Amino acid sequence: MSAEHTHEEHAGEHEGMTKKKIWQVFFYLLGITALEFFIALYLIPKGIVGHGIGNFAYIVLTLVKAFYIVAYFMHLKFEKFALKTGITVSLLFIIYFIVLMLIEGNYQFIQMN
Amino acid sequence: MNTTVSKLDEIKSDAWSGGKSPFSVEYGKLMMWFFLLSDAFTFSAFLIYYGAQRFSKISWPDPDLVFQSIPGLADHGYPLVFVGIMTFILIMSSVTMVLAVEAGHRNAKKEVVWWMIATIIGGLMFLGCQALEWSHLHHEGYWWGSFPTSYTGQDTVGALQFANLFFTITGFHGFHVFTGVLINIIILFMVLGNVFQKSGSYLMVEKVGLYWHFVDLVWVFVFTFFYLV
Repeated sequence: MSAEHTHEEHAGEHEGMTKKKIWQVFFYLLGITALEFFIALYLIPKGIVGHGIGNFAYIVLTLVKAFYIVAYFMHLKFEKFALKTGITVSLLFIIYFIVLMLIEGNYQFIQMN
Repeated sequence: MNTTVSKLDEIKSDAWSGGKSPFSVEYGKLMMWFFLLSDAFTFSAFLIYYGAQRFSKISWPDPDLVFQSIPGLADHGYPLVFVGIMTFILIMSSVTMVLAVEAGHRNAKKEVVWWMIATIIGGLMFLGCQALEWSHLHHEGYWWGSFPTSYTGQDTVGALQFANLFFTITGFHGFHVFTGVLINIIILFMVLGNVFQKSGSYLMVEKVGLYWHFVDLVWVFVFTFFYLV
């Protein structure tokens, strides 16, 4: 019973990505990229949205794309909890580093210019 | 005789009670994840430095003006079009890679072979596009340590840093694509040589797949911070 159960669990790991799901994720990625182009080539030049909002939108859309690539293509969504959290929590250091270095850049901007 | 099992003798079955891996992934795959995590730190260090430099300068080259050519078709006037094609190629090759992995799960050797070939072609196309992009920018006057004499921005150090970081970061990424293509070719030959058919598992395809998707993932960020923002 217990052996069967683990076997099923193991098989379940691979059921995450069917062909249909793969193409679905592909169209999400394509759609998001198209949206980024729409912002860059139409909304910003026409002045409908400013550069600040545009940049914010780019970064949010990029993170959404990153989520789809890591979760579905790299299969992380279907891994065990320990692996998922182990990988993603480590990325907090990158966020800390971003905050640190951008503050530093801003400081240099004020001091050196 | 007392047949009840004492608390100590009970078989524990939760993830962290020993006897099995709490990650339940194969060793090589786990190591690939750790490598990719360290590589993610390297790339983010590059990109964050780019951000810090950009924040600290009065002026910075406008990407819409720097990247507006389609090599072989138009010299200027088409911002983002060529890099859009490159992005599409890389996302597409990522899709063919997952399809190869998916075929591997079904032990369908023939399909794995074709999807791997498609992935390798995608990677080579991307590298070709990058070579065109580099040579175009080089002709314009951008290179490590130099920028076009026609540059009108106030802060020339900004233009210099832009040039240095552009070639360093896209070069480092291109190097990853190049090694990815090489590894894909090796795995393709292993598939053709029935190595995985004999061992009964196409897990190796999955591991190189992880690397390949990571390269795609990095490009998503490079694309945003160099070409869009």
